[in-house]
Amino acid sequence: MEKFVELQGVGKSFDSRKGRFVALRDVNLTIRQGEFVSLIGHSGCGKSTVLNIVAGLYDPDAGIALCGGREIDGPGPERAVVFQNHSLLPWLTCYGNIYLAVEKVFGQRENKAQLKARCEAALALVNLSHASDKYPHEVSGGMKQRVGIARALAMEPKVLLMDEPFGALDALTRANLQDELVKIVEATQATVVMVTHDVDEAVLLSDRIVMMTNGPAATVGEILEVALPRPRERLALANDSAYHGYRSAVLEFLYQKHLRPAA
Amino acid sequence: MQAIKHEASVVSGTESKTVEQTLPARTASKRRFPSLESADTSPAVRLLVPAIKTVVPPLLGLALLVLVWAVVAKSRGGLPGPLSTWESAKLLFADPFYRNGPNDQGVGWNILNSLGRVGIGFGLAALVGIPAGFILGRFAFVSAMFAPVISLLRPVSPLAWLPIGLLVFKAASPASIWVIFISSVWPMILNTAAGVRAVPQDYLNVARVLRLSEFKVFTTILFPSVLPHVLTGVRLSIGVAWLVIVAAEMLTGGVGIGFWVWDEWNNLNVEHIIIAIFIVGLVGLLLEQVLILLARRFSFGQGV
Ligand SMILES: Nc1ncnc2c1ncn2[C@@H]1O[C@H](COP(=O)(O)OP(=O)(O)O)[C@@H](O)[C@H]1O
Ligand SMILES: [Mg+2]
Repeated sequence: MEKFVELQGVGKSFDSRKGRFVALRDVNLTIRQGEFVSLIGHSGCGKSTVLNIVAGLYDPDAGIALCGGREIDGPGPERAVVFQNHSLLPWLTCYGNIYLAVEKVFGQRENKAQLKARCEAALALVNLSHASDKYPHEVSGGMKQRVGIARALAMEPKVLLMDEPFGALDALTRANLQDELVKIVEATQATVVMVTHDVDEAVLLSDRIVMMTNGPAATVGEILEVALPRPRERLALANDSAYHGYRSAVLEFLYQKHLRPAA
Repeated sequence: MQAIKHEASVVSGTESKTVEQTLPARTASKRRFPSLESADTSPAVRLLVPAIKTVVPPLLGLALLVLVWAVVAKSRGGLPGPLSTWESAKLLFADPFYRNGPNDQGVGWNILNSLGRVGIGFGLAALVGIPAGFILGRFAFVSAMFAPVISLLRPVSPLAWLPIGLLVFKAASPASIWVIFISSVWPMILNTAAGVRAVPQDYLNVARVLRLSEFKVFTTILFPSVLPHVLTGVRLSIGVAWLVIVAAEMLTGGVGIGFWVWDEWNNLNVEHIIIAIFIVGLVGLLLEQVLILLARRFSFGQGV
């Protein structure tokens, strides 16, 4: 398979009050087209920083970041981002938030009716057609996050980047959205990079799990190939020994090899 | 027919209020069985009780004010009491828009003239202050450049600017407009700038990912995000402007509520001065309420 996203020797430092802080050093990672990759690691290790470099929101200060064979030069709609706290614009309706993205990406080539159809299809994909005219503050946290996902998917990105998309939700809502995401990803064959700190979420969704060492100067520790067949079913996996094998491998990495000293 | 119905609901309203207060256990059980609720409380009662609860305390407060005023007026000779002021107000508002020459006009004209000056001074301040706030909030260099100037000029008492205005404009009305302008421009600059600095980075990241144009960023993200802060600035400014206009007009003369107060003081018509105090308070209250309503309309659930 083709290398699609590629990080080669990527490093990133931040200037802080206490001086220069090296967040990432020598990160190497390749992601194939249509692959679902999770980044997992302890809080503050640099997962979001990796994602933001792929998004183009941060420039790496060492190494190179490529997407589709070209160097990543700033953010763009072909690398859509689902932000950690939904970041919907509060003065636009759910529909309006998606329309803003759709109009920008397809407005040059398509007419109003086609743009409208795209927005409606995106809302239907996340089961939110009924909330189309509601404002973000009028819907639940889970619904906001679904609108954020719909907005990103509606842009038909080459890569979907998600930063702890379900982190702020309760366990039941999270499970429902994970199941929805499994279906959407299987249907659209999207390339996805997802940051998470939830082991079950990583195993359920990913083709590969990238486990990061602790910072400062964090890097890729191990990569776990998850060979569970798709479609994946949460209930069936609960009694699957392979599933539990992957799960303990990740837990072992996080809590034996790279346990973070209590901060 | 309607009058009778109305009276009946008032009576049952007071009754059920006392019942609810003495028997909290019963209201609690009523909440669990909503079908019972409609059986023994009519919808009119449910509307009336909270209405009474919100209206009674402010009315009591106002009554207390009038009472204190009446007592003070009784014990001190010169101060007119509430009753004589009321009589005088009735005469005054019977014909608020008369015109007997340039220096003797109805109280309505005086209020409108003051509001006009506040409107112009405040409008000019908004025209300058809001764009200036956007620039100061967006460009750290400009902000650092003007910070000392603003810190120096902002605490100056508004009336200290009056002589400068009189000197430059050589007329009373533009001078008081100038005072309004200079005293109401600061809250708008500072609040707008603070609002621009407080635009969440997440929203700007959305704009970057979408590669929105500068114009689109301004209209869809910056402006709506800053609007509640702008309206806070506007509300503070208009409060200041209305405070200042009375004092400025007292010093400059012409037609206006401040000048009117001064004129009535010279006539020793103290009832009219008290009426003017109420008018100034009421107009200020109205301006404030309108802006609070506006701010609520544009806060988009952000709780401003
Ligand atoms: N913009 C920034 N400025 C300074 N330090 C930052 C910035 N972004 C991240 N960091 C630091 O880099 C490290 C990694 O952050 P992040 O990638 O957000 O971690 P994670 O997403 O894994 O929790 C943290 O120590 C954080 O404090
Ligand atoms: Mg993070």
